[in-house]
Amino acid sequence: MQIAERIERKLREGLDPVRLEVRDDSHKHEGHAGWRPGGETHFHVEIVSAAFEDRSRVERQRMVYALLSEELAERVHALQIKAMTPDQDRQTEAL
Amino acid sequence: MVDQAVNDRIQEDIKSHDVVVFMKGTPVFPQCGFSAAVVQVLNHLGVKFHGINVLEDPGLRQGIKDFSNWPTIPQLYVKGEFLGGCDIVREMFQTGELQDALRDKGVDMENAA
Repeated sequence: MQIAERIERKLREGLDPVRLEVRDDSHKHEGHAGWRPGGETHFHVEIVSAAFEDRSRVERQRMVYALLSEELAERVHALQIKAMTPDQDRQTEAL
Repeated sequence: MVDQAVNDRIQEDIKSHDVVVFMKGTPVFPQCGFSAAVVQVLNHLGVKFHGINVLEDPGLRQGIKDFSNWPTIPQLYVKGEFLGGCDIVREMFQTGELQDALRDKGVDMENAA
C-alpha cells in the first residue's frame, strides 16, 4: 500500500477526524536531503478532530506522530501537521 | 536506548541559554527549509537565540528526538521548555501566541509589536 493511503487510514482509525487532508509535497523537495525517487517522503496533513479538544499543540502533534511512527521510521522524512478542533476549523473557515 | 551523555549535554544546552534551536545547519546558514523558517521567525522578532547544528553530531540528532519524544528537527526550547517544531512556531507566531509566550517567560524581543 502507498504511504499516503497508510497515513490516511491510520489517522482515520486513530482520531476519527471530521475532516482530513493528506497531501504529498515531495515534489517540492526534490533533490533535498531525505527526498527519494518516487516521492512519498514529504507530507502535509490537515486534520480536524474532536480528539484534539483540551490538548496543547505539542500534545496534538504527538498524537499524530504516535499513530504514524512506522511511516516516519520507514520513509517519511518530513510531516507538516495542522491539527484543529471542529470549533477552530469553523472559525478558520469563517475568516 | 537513551544516551546519558547526550541527554546531559542537551540538559546543559537548554539550561544555559534562554532560547535554543536544535536545527539542521546554523542560524547564518540553515540547511533545511523548516529550520530556516524557525530562524526567520526568531530573527524577525529580534530574539537572541543559540542555534545547535544536529548535522554535526549524529548522536545528538537522535538524542534530541528521544529527549523530547518528538521525531523531527527543528525543535525550539525556551527557558528549558520544549515549545514545538516548525509548524507550531509558525502557527504561534501568526496568532501572536509566540510573542506572548516569550514575553511571559521574560525573553527579550527587540522587534516585538
